[in-house]
Amino acid sequence: MIEIKNLTVDLGSFLLKDINLKVGKGEYFIILGPTGAGKTILLESIAGLYPIKSGEIWLDGREVTALEPEKRGIGFVYQDYVLFPHLSVKDNLIFGLRQRGRPKEEMQRVAEWLADLLGVSHLLQRRPDTLSGGERQKVALARALSVSPGVLLVDEPLSALDPQTREGMQQELRRVHQRLKATIIHVTHDFEEAIALGDRIAVLNEGHIVQVGTPEDIFRHPNSEFVARFSMTHNIFAGDVQQSSDGITLFVIDDSEFEVVTELRGRLHASIRPEDILVSKEPLISSARNSLKGTITSISDHGSTIHLTVSTPLDFVCIVTRRSFDELNIEKEVEVYITFKASSVHIF
Amino acid sequence: MIGQIWRWLAQRRLTITFLLLGTIILLFIFVPLTKTIFSSSPSLLWKTLLEGEVISSIWLTLYTALIATVVGLVLGVPLAYFLARHSFRGKRFVEALIDVPIVVPHTAAGIALLFVFGENFAVGRAFHSIGIDFVLSVPGIVIAMLFVSVPFLINSAKQGFEKVDERLEKVARTLGASPWQTFFRVSLPLAKGSIFGGSVMMWARGISEFGAVLVLCSYPTIAPILVYTRLEEYGLDYALPVATILIIICLVVFVGLRSFAYRREKA
Repeated sequence: MIEIKNLTVDLGSFLLKDINLKVGKGEYFIILGPTGAGKTILLESIAGLYPIKSGEIWLDGREVTALEPEKRGIGFVYQDYVLFPHLSVKDNLIFGLRQRGRPKEEMQRVAEWLADLLGVSHLLQRRPDTLSGGERQKVALARALSVSPGVLLVDEPLSALDPQTREGMQQELRRVHQRLKATIIHVTHDFEEAIALGDRIAVLNEGHIVQVGTPEDIFRHPNSEFVARFSMTHNIFAGDVQQSSDGITLFVIDDSEFEVVTELRGRLHASIRPEDILVSKEPLISSARNSLKGTITSISDHGSTIHLTVSTPLDFVCIVTRRSFDELNIEKEVEVYITFKASSVHIF
Repeated sequence: MIGQIWRWLAQRRLTITFLLLGTIILLFIFVPLTKTIFSSSPSLLWKTLLEGEVISSIWLTLYTALIATVVGLVLGVPLAYFLARHSFRGKRFVEALIDVPIVVPHTAAGIALLFVFGENFAVGRAFHSIGIDFVLSVPGIVIAMLFVSVPFLINSAKQGFEKVDERLEKVARTLGASPWQTFFRVSLPLAKGSIFGGSVMMWARGISEFGAVLVLCSYPTIAPILVYTRLEEYGLDYALPVATILIIICLVVFVGLRSFAYRREKA
């Protein structure tokens, strides 16, 4: 367990002020904040790599505020991997053990076990500069785990990767977390990443923690504009992905369901961009697989576009142009149909 | 056809002009060196090389410059690392100070050293009491070479350390490495190419030093001073073979070490 009490860090142009966090053992904790919010420095401060102004850091009931980074037992993974370029993958993995003077057999065993855990066994003899981004990130993660840290800090681990690799790496993080029961603090600016991975999320804005809660809490009741704007424009739902008897993949939320396209199964999240939803007065005949009936509960005017909230009873935010809005001739409490493609739903 | 050639040339005016100007300066460096090398017959060079005075002066030059380089490594690399990792008030001043030996006339540098390391002065007396004298002695040659050539090593090592991502050191710390282990296992190995290159430059610069050494120690005689005294006392014919041998040794050593460093960098 790690506890951060009243941490204040001077970033030159602004302060990270009165940061209080309590992360339980084995918890996957996300710090979510816009770019430039000082997330990296916050992690460096926790690891003892950046001088703090005031505050305390407690790790498993022991105060580590004054300890040097090498004595804290806090692992660190940087956004762009930062592997030792002069060492092979294997030597990167056993760097920490070698500094501690561990026996050769132990280093060999740990290197093989970590490489196996992250699926990089075939890369052990390679140099970091010959690896792809995803491979580097796995090696960086394995290296941080090599010294069995009490807490693992990961800084934007997915944002330097291309979209396909990113999804794989996200699964990898979740898998490693579950297998090792590791305590992880992960910072990101990516809302979906935060919702997909986090047991709990802390929202960092303008140097303060403005909200802490489960992903559901955060996107249902956001108290920062940064989060509110995101959840407004993405129609996020938490539910179950299930396979129906006739081979269709369904996203089920309480009594509602719609069709989706994904290989993932289980407790997940779905998002649909408001501009991908068609609004009509009569049911549409089209190739789109999802058509739901609902009532308009709010209409807000944004100039050239109109934002409608349609309750099915799930609340969908839809964006229509002013012209379509005029042609549809709709108002509050009117019944409409909303239609979207199964492939427009992003599952994460 | 001619129109085509003309157009081809016209499109490359900048490249051609720069190439011509560059060729002039290359020839200016290259011609005197090769002319010297080929104006003495191999048999005369061999005979000169066998002269006791020549051999001992060349040997003296090589190893005093090497000692100066080793001292430079021990004292200069830590400074280079410090400067690469810290910013403080007056850092620019310190950096300018390091470059001063390159810009002052070297005879003046020799006199400055004499003022500190001469037997009539505190530092010189302190060393004298433990049996080290700097005037007319090998240690004098070493400090003269050290003074004028160590900026090359410090600057090169500093650039090398600056290129090492500081976060590599931070990661090493989180993996349990102490600051010392981090320096010797991460920072130093990653900067070693620049440090080696700087050492080669420093050694070469030491070998070629004349003015500062002349002030502190004209005897035992290093090779550049030997060339000069032979020229003064016996004329060009006697100075030329020694100069030639010196140039050849410097070329061989320098080209050899440079290509070694280059291969290391690529590997």
